[in-house]
Parts: sequence; C-alpha cells; structure tokens
Amino acid sequence: MWQIAIILAIYLPLVILAGHYLFRVTMNENTWLDPVFDKIDGIIYRVSGIKQVDMTGKQYVFTLILSNAFMVFIGYLLLRIQSALFLNPNGIDNMEATLSFNTIISFMTNTNLQHYSGESGLSYMSQMLIIIFMMFTSAATGYAACMAFCRRLVAKTDTLGNFFVDLVRIITRVLMPISFVVAIILVAQGSPQTFSANKTVETIEGKMQDIALGPVASLESIKHIGTNGGGFYGANSTTPFENPTVFSNIIEILSMMLLPGACVVAFSLMVAHRRKKTIFGKQGLAIFTAMGVLFLIGLVTVTVAERAGNPLISNLGITQELGSMEGKEMRFGVEQSALFTAVTTAFTTGSVNNMHDTLTPIGGLVPMFNMMLNVVFGGKGVGLMNMMMYVLLTIFIACLMIGRTPQFLGKKIEEKEMKLIALCILIHPAIILLFSALAVATTAGVAGITNPGAHGLSQVLYEYASSSANNGSGFEGLADNSTFWNVTTGLAMFFGRYVTIILQLAIASLLAKKIWYSDTVGTLKTDNAMFTTLLVAIVLLIGALTFLPALSLGPITEHLKIYYR
Amino acid sequence: METASKKSFITSDIMKNAIIGAFKKLNPIYMIKNPVMFVVEIGFILVLLLTIFPNLLDSGAGEKDRLYNAIVAIVLFVTILFANFAESIAEGRGKAQVQTLKNTKTATKVRVLLENGQEVMKQAHELKKGDIVLVQAGEVIPNDGEVIDGIATVDESAITGESAPVVKERGGDFSSVTGGTTVTSDWLMVEITALPGESFLDKMIALIEGASRKKTPNEIALNTLLVSLTIIFLLVVVTLYPMTVYLDVHIPIATLIALTVCLIPSTIGGLLSAIGIAGMDRVTQFNVIAMSGRAVEACGDVDTLILDKTGTITYGNRMASEFSPVNGVEISKLIRAAWLSSLTDDTPEGKSILLLACELLVDTTHEGLIIEKSDHISFTAQTRMSGLNMQDGTKIRKGAYDSIKNESLAAGQVIPKDLEQLVHRVSSVGGTPLVVSVNDKILGVIFLKDIVKPGLKERFDQLRAMGIKTIMCTGDNPLTAASIAKEAGVDGFIAESKPEDKIKVIKDEQALGKIVAMTGDGTNDAPALAQANVGLAMNSGTNAAKEAANMVDLDSNPTKIIEVVEIGKQLLMTRGALTTFSIANDVAKYFAIIPAMLMVAIPEMNALNVMMLNSPTSAIISALIFNAVIIPLLIPIAMKGVNYKPMSASKLLSKNLFIYGLGGLLAPFIGIKLIDLIIGPILQIMGL
Repeated sequence: MWQIAIILAIYLPLVILAGHYLFRVTMNENTWLDPVFDKIDGIIYRVSGIKQVDMTGKQYVFTLILSNAFMVFIGYLLLRIQSALFLNPNGIDNMEATLSFNTIISFMTNTNLQHYSGESGLSYMSQMLIIIFMMFTSAATGYAACMAFCRRLVAKTDTLGNFFVDLVRIITRVLMPISFVVAIILVAQGSPQTFSANKTVETIEGKMQDIALGPVASLESIKHIGTNGGGFYGANSTTPFENPTVFSNIIEILSMMLLPGACVVAFSLMVAHRRKKTIFGKQGLAIFTAMGVLFLIGLVTVTVAERAGNPLISNLGITQELGSMEGKEMRFGVEQSALFTAVTTAFTTGSVNNMHDTLTPIGGLVPMFNMMLNVVFGGKGVGLMNMMMYVLLTIFIACLMIGRTPQFLGKKIEEKEMKLIALCILIHPAIILLFSALAVATTAGVAGITNPGAHGLSQVLYEYASSSANNGSGFEGLADNSTFWNVTTGLAMFFGRYVTIILQLAIASLLAKKIWYSDTVGTLKTDNAMFTTLLVAIVLLIGALTFLPALSLGPITEHLKIYYR
Repeated sequence: METASKKSFITSDIMKNAIIGAFKKLNPIYMIKNPVMFVVEIGFILVLLLTIFPNLLDSGAGEKDRLYNAIVAIVLFVTILFANFAESIAEGRGKAQVQTLKNTKTATKVRVLLENGQEVMKQAHELKKGDIVLVQAGEVIPNDGEVIDGIATVDESAITGESAPVVKERGGDFSSVTGGTTVTSDWLMVEITALPGESFLDKMIALIEGASRKKTPNEIALNTLLVSLTIIFLLVVVTLYPMTVYLDVHIPIATLIALTVCLIPSTIGGLLSAIGIAGMDRVTQFNVIAMSGRAVEACGDVDTLILDKTGTITYGNRMASEFSPVNGVEISKLIRAAWLSSLTDDTPEGKSILLLACELLVDTTHEGLIIEKSDHISFTAQTRMSGLNMQDGTKIRKGAYDSIKNESLAAGQVIPKDLEQLVHRVSSVGGTPLVVSVNDKILGVIFLKDIVKPGLKERFDQLRAMGIKTIMCTGDNPLTAASIAKEAGVDGFIAESKPEDKIKVIKDEQALGKIVAMTGDGTNDAPALAQANVGLAMNSGTNAAKEAANMVDLDSNPTKIIEVVEIGKQLLMTRGALTTFSIANDVAKYFAIIPAMLMVAIPEMNALNVMMLNSPTSAIISALIFNAVIIPLLIPIAMKGVNYKPMSASKLLSKNLFIYGLGGLLAPFIGIKLIDLIIGPILQIMGL
C-alpha cells in the first residue's frame, strides 16, 4: 500500500503546480517562460496566418470540428499509402480501409484504441506524423474545448478565446516542454529513441529473435501526458521498451494524472480569481475531492481484488501469495499494476502495464466502471466537462431541495440547458449499451468474442466503454480487427467525443449569455463537503444504476460464480 | 395562514370526482402529456396483451405465466390510477374554490350609456373595452373597470372574503372595480377596461381551475430531466434483452417491463403536475392571485424585499406608548388629563391614548357622564389641538408642541423648563410628541409612536437566515426612519422616499444580481411593481398597479409577501425532495429485481438477495407494488408541500437530504420486505 500512498503524495503538489501554470497559459497571464514562447508562437501565428480574434461559442466549436476533420482526412490518406512513403525501414504495408478508419478516428478523438499492432502495422513515418502528431493535437483539442467551456462559465460574454491560438499555446507551452522532459527520463531508463530498423539478434537459447525498435520514448511521453494511451508496440506499457522500470512506471502514472487533475485546479482558479489569490480554490477542490473519492473507491477495490487472487486457482494448489499475477509483469507486481489500471481508466488514458482481460472479475469491473462513469478525472479537459454535467445536474436537484431555482456561478439553469445536460449524460450509456447489444445480437459481432458466457459479455462491454469514453485500453482477447468491430468502435469513439463536446460547449455558450445573479446565504453552496457528497452520490446513482444490469450479467456473474458456487 | 391550513384537506365530494377523474385520464391522448406515466401505460397495455395471449412473444409460456402477467398488469394499472388520482385530487380542490366564484357571476343585462347619453340594455358578454355602464345599488358590476362618476359602496366579499363593503369613487386609489362584485348603495358609472371572459375574475377562475395552467419553466426543466432518466432506463432494459439472449438467460417480458417501471422516476412523474397545481392552490388559499406559475417560482429566489413602512411594517396609525410629565407634575395627573382630553377623540391616536391610560391607572367611572356634560373641541388644521371643556370650566387640551406652548404663553403661564427637552427626546427616536395642558398649564408629553407589527422582527430575522435582505421605504425623515428600521430589524431603509426612489432601489439591487420583490398599491407604484422581479399589488389598489404586478393580494395585506415567498420556496422544495426520493428508491428496487430475474439461470445471484425475499416472483411483484403504493402515500406531501421552516441554505439542504435522500434510500428496503412478507405466502399458494 505504501507504494500507492507515496505516488499519490507526490501527485498532489505536482497537480497544484501544473494547475497554476495551466491557468496562466489559459487566461493569457504572464509566465516566466513567456520570452521564449511568445517568439515561437509569434512565428507560428505568422506562418499559419492565425488571427488572434475572439470567437463566439458557435465559431469555436465549428472551427474545432473542421480542423479535426481536416487532420482526419490527411491522416487517413497517409495510412493508406504509408508503404510508399519515407521512414519505412521495416517495409510495413498500407493499412486496410476499415482499420484505417478506426485508427484515425481513434487517434483524433484522443482514444487510441488500437486494432493493429504498432510494430507490424505502422511505418516510423506513420508513428511520428500521424500517431505522435495526433497525440499532441487531440490532447490539445480536448483541453482547448474544456478551457473554452470553463471560460464561458465564469465570463459574462460568449465571445472569447480563439481555437487556433489555444491549440498552439497548449502544444508549445504545455505539452511540448513536459513531453520533452519525460521523454529524456524514459530514454535514461532504457526506452529506445531511434530511426534504425528492427534488429534480429541471437538469444541465449540460440534462437533468432526480431527486436522491434523505433522512436519509442518520444511517443511514450506524449502518450501519457496527453492521456492518449496508444502504445508504440501492441503490448503497450507492459513491454520493457515502453516501460522499462518501476521508476518509469511511476513517471508514466504521474504523467497520466498530471494534466486532467491540473484542469480542475485551473478551473478552480478561474472561479476564485475574481475574488482573491488562492492555492486551490474551493469550487475546484469540491469537484477534485469528488473525483478523488470515486478514484479511491475504484483503486482500493481493484487492489484488494487483485491481492486476494482467485480462490479457484488456490484450490488447485497454486499459491496466490503475490496476489493474482496472471497477465501481470513481475517487475511491477500487484500494487503497481492495480494503480496503473485504476489510473489509466480513471484518467482515460488507455495504456496498460498488465492485461486487463486477466484481472479478477471485480478487478476487471473497476476499469470498466471508471470508463462507464467517464468523470473520474477523465481525459484531459473532457473529463472535467463530463463531470461538470453531473455538477449541473446535482445543482439542479439540490437547488430545488432548498427552494431555489437552479443556479451555478450566478447563472440560472433552465429548460434549454437542462435538455442539453440530460442529452450529454444520456449519450455515453446509450452508445455503450446500444452497441454492446448490437454486438451480441449479430453474428459479425459475436464472431469477435473469444470467451464464452459472462466473460465474453465483459469483453464487449469493456470495448465499447473504452471507445465511448475515448479511453482506448483494450480488454484484449477480443478479435477486434474486423469490419464490424472497426466500424462500430469507430462510430462509438466519434459520437462519444464530438457530440458530447458540441453539446457541452453549447451549454457553456447558453450560460455565458445569461443574466448574472449574485450568490447569497440563500443560494446553494457548491463548494463545500455537503455538495461533494451529494455529487458523488448522484454520479453513483445515475452512472452506476445505468450500467448495473449489464454489469451484473458480466463481471458480477463471473465474480459470484467464483465465490458462491 | 391559520385559516388556510385549517381548511379540510379532502372532502368526500372531491374524493368522488377524483376517482372518476383518475379513470378518465387513462385516455392515452391525455397521458402522453406526462411521458413518464405514458411509458407505464404502454407497459401496462403490453402486459395486458401478454396476459390474454401468453405466447405472443414467449413461445412455450404456460398458464403460470398468464397468472404472473395478470398480476403485473393489475399492479401497473393501479400505478397509473394512483398517479391520475393525485392529479385529479389537486384539480378537485381548486375546482371547489372555483364553484363559489362562478356562482357570483350573475350579471346578465347591463345598462350601457352611449355617447349621445342614451341608455341601452346589453348582454354582459357583448360589452367591449371602453363601454360605459351604469350600475345601481343591488346590481352586479359586469366587468373590470374604472369609476368615472359617482360614489358607492361595493361588496367585494365574492373575491376577497371580506364582508365589509368598500367605498369606490372616481380618481385616487379607490377607483377600480372588479367584475363580479356588487354595488350595495348608490350608483357608479364605470368605464369597462377588460374584454368579456378576460376579467380579473375570469383569469382567477382559469388559474385555479388549472384549465389554462401552463407548465412553469422550472417544471418543464424538471420534466426534461425525468424524461431523460426514463429514456436512459428504457435503454438499459431494451439493451439488456439481447444480452440475456446471448447468455441464454431467459427473462419473461413482463419482468423486463416491471423492471422498467420500477426504475423510471414514476413516483415524481406521477406527482409532478399535482405538486404544481397544489402549489398554485396554496397561493390562492392565501387569497393571493398569481398571474403565472413563473411568478410563484420566482418568489422562491427572492433576495431583496422592498417594503413600505406604513401599513406593512408598522400599523397605519401612531399609538400612544408613554406619558412623560414635566418636572413637578405627578404622572397620574398627566395620565388623567390625557385620558380626559381623548374621551371624545375618535381618531385612532385618541383611542390608543385611552387604551394606554386605562391600562396604567385611570379610574374610568363617570366616563359617560363626563362625555355627556362636556363640550368637545375637535382638531382643526388651524388650532392643531383637541380636547374638551368640562362642566366645571376646566379646559383640557392636547396638541402639537408649538400650538399648546403659544396658547399657554398667551394665557400667561410659565413654560416648564424641561418641556423642550422632553419633546426633543420623543421626536429624536422617531415618535410624535403631543403636549397636554389643563387650563393652559402644561403637564407633560404623550409619546405617540409608530408601532411595529408584533412578530415582524422575528420574521425579518428568519428572512435574514434564508438570505433575504429587507429594505424599508418611508416618507419619514432619516432620524425617524432609522429608529423604526432599528426597531423592526430591517437591513436597510430609504428615508424621505418618493415613488421614483423605489425604482432606483430596485434597479440598483438588480444590478448587483439580486432578485427583488416589492408590494405596492398606488398608481405611482406601477412602474416599480413592473420593474421588480416579483410585484405584489394590493387589491384595494388601482388597476394600473394590479396590471403591472404579477400577483394580487385580495386581502390587501402587504405583509403577505413574506408568506408568498415561503410558498414559492416550498413548491420548488417539494419537487426537489420527491425527485430525490424517487431516484434514491431505485437502489433498493435494483437489489430486489436484478437477483430475482437472474436467479433462475444464475443461482449464484442469490448472494445479492440482501433483503432475503421469498421468491423471485414475490421479489419482483413486491418491488412493483411498493412502486405503486408510494404514490398515494406521498399525495399529502405533494398537496401540502414539504415541511418548511426558514433556515440557511446549507442547513436546509442537509435536512432535506437526510429525510428524502437517505429516507428514499432506506424506505423501499423496508417497504419491499414488508410487502414481500405479506404477498410471499399468497403467491406461493397460487403456485408462483
């Protein structure tokens, strides 16, 4: 337990620091790095012709979609012709159409669901120009959307911020510098960073083996910083090249956790900024605590479940003293694996350092549940926006309970907003449940399922939860590179990302244009322990109740069958 | 407040009509307006079909399934009836009020004066705006209007419940008349200001009847939430079916429908419109007519209350509160003199002096004799004093300081040295000093004071706890205003205020992001009433004021705004509390139904049967019955509103969360278990 405790203890000061920096970058306030970055950004603006004009909410979201669509188009094209292009020392072939569709949507939506294996499916050029490029832009897109959202919540106008400027500033001032530092650390730990072709070596057993190489460390760093999660290799962060040591494991865990948490701090500072300087800000602290509580519930559950191991295996006379080690790396053990699992799904990264398919049923339920809620910190930026939907919903109910019409940060939540909020909350379970039902009801879907019974259903639920939450981790074991799975998960990722962002920015725009009312003793306090408790309860009630029937057929049945046979 | 809550909750007549109404409302065209309950009705129809044709969807279903489906169908049917009943009963209570109003509308033929002075008889419904009608004693005023000539007493008991007739005359604040009221003496010439069917009374009837009831913004928003939850849970169940098929787990369709109905927020869905109707009804029972539900909701949000001093915070008249003799005069002598001076004084001030004097000591024997034998000297603007000349020639006077002093000086008396100091002390705390003299010798001062209505200070303290600020408007000088403000415990005051000042205060507060409520009666209050977020006009006031306001108080009691604010809050709270209760209920229902429906195929599920319910069938039906029964059990709360005591938002939230959140979580565990204990054995006998 102490390993987890220490990592979380290091995390807290880091996230506050990063939050303050993010706040300054977002609100165009001075930082000590300005002299350098102002010049770099200036050049980029001039070369690309970006005019720093404020956009309305509508313009902002339109620009966001259009620029993403453009990147998708270019990326798709490159994947389809990669064999003929440069930086392809291993002679990788062009990617198939539906797989390309899935891959490009996957990376543009910050999901990084991989139905291919990097070492055999992508050239170095694709890894860098598509995968790493999109890892930066998709993370920046999510964060830009979130900041456009947050700025509108605290502003009194809908015309503020420019998408392109936000995108550039986030990449140059936040993602690039941090990724650079992390990549250097990973190289020091043993990750390769090279353009040389794969090496074929003779092993101690005297057999020949291909050792896949490439620009791994640079991908690895943004993969976690941007909560992307797509590995250079198919086996992701379980492999020694992507995640060589316990130290690199800790760095990767902290990298994933850094920016999603910092978003909450930045938002909190925006709310508090009008009044006074503060370290964290009460509003964000309330939301951060709620996310933290949900995260800890999951973390403790998965750790306990993995430690307990599987009694059926114990009955066979195989010791479970180290916990359930099936599918885990010896160098990480149960604790570092459980923490990685909880973090990668809560923070919606999707990289894995152990096989989630072989987690105990309850251990496997936790990552699934984190993605189904999609608000436990969540992906960079979007996680906060998703949580804000529940915050608004909680406010709606709580305000009624004290006899006020619902109001947040001085803006009334009325019919129009409520419609969009409800739609936002509805869309995620709808995508997961409808596609899962479709998969188990069609032969094309069932063909991909490799396990019978309850575990088969768990695989399906996990895959769509991962897609819709834009997480990208796989339960694995699913034969998912087929037209059916490529197309349906592609659509799940697409809707899960863009419909939600459009709706959320629409809500923020509506609120930004509203009359502002002041807070008094009679208005609801949204920044105290009571509110946090209520928020957690509402997330669990609405989020959990929605998935309970499906989960009871999957992992819960699996668990009961192990323990109550 | 007392009379309103003492009205009987439900009469047998309302009950009978409500039961009939519950069945009438089963019509799907009507039900679709309430999507949550509509889903229940669709479910009922499906299960009913499955009862008649058990093999419709499940091949191989037997008689046992038919019986099970029949039971589910019956419970679903009862659920819908209960919800309809709740709405009917709320409407019924309003209708009972309407009936009395409708009976008063008896004016059929009216005398209309044409421009050339001719008099024509017209049907009441033919009246147009601008028509001039003549109404004589004993006749009913046909529609709302302004008096343009004549003076008469009008009985307004039909709408106000106040039996004493009111004087109406041209001009001023008493020139508006309401259709449906009766002229009891003399005659009035009235210019009609409303179209037939759109009079104040008509609006009132429509509002109470609920016929023209529009859903309020907050109700629509809440309804959106409930519909979304319904869609989510529909999705949950619809997608569950293929998953169970994939896993070879057989679940009867009736069970899936039961699960849906249990999960969708049918409790709040069934009670939502009843809560809205009952909320408006509570306002009406206070004799306040809200022009829209939005106004009542806005009341719940009020941050600042702007109140007139006179009539709202203090009684309209000043009252004697203290006798202060000058040096060398016994207090009893002063009191006696003050009492004598007021014996024939009919003003409220005079009466208050008598009252205070009697309380303190004066011997009231020979009262009648003294009155009979003395000459009454009444107050005039010139003399500014009143009193009496007794039979023995004693001259007793009370009056303004200057007048009595001059009179006394003229009579050659010495003015006591401490008199000025006494007078100054009284006026400095906002009182009015009256100087008393006997035979021009000054005895002392009567302290006439603005009396703050009892209980108001506590009221304002409560309002402050709720986060509502009170501002007092008065024409008094700042000194007087400050002292009254302090005594009443208001948060702020505006002295020497003119009507324009009120608008300024409202605008200033609104600029600070506050929601402002105010009361007013005069025409010059109309702009302020319109500017305020909540304007409560007095029925005694002018039509202009009434039209500008969004609420009218028929009793013309300005203090009532405080109660209306509380009703507004209560209405929202009732919605919130029952929504929370409804959603929290789902946890227990899940624990009853999920293990039950999967237990046949997956026996290990019994580990989740935490309530240890009898059998899967019994578990599902118990949950369904609980879901139905909870609706009528909550009707009283929906009608009366949740218990509300003014307190801070945080305390209120924790209290309501404890009752309706935690209560909603635990109640169904107990309820379902109890129902299971009863029906379990019965179902066993039936072979289910």
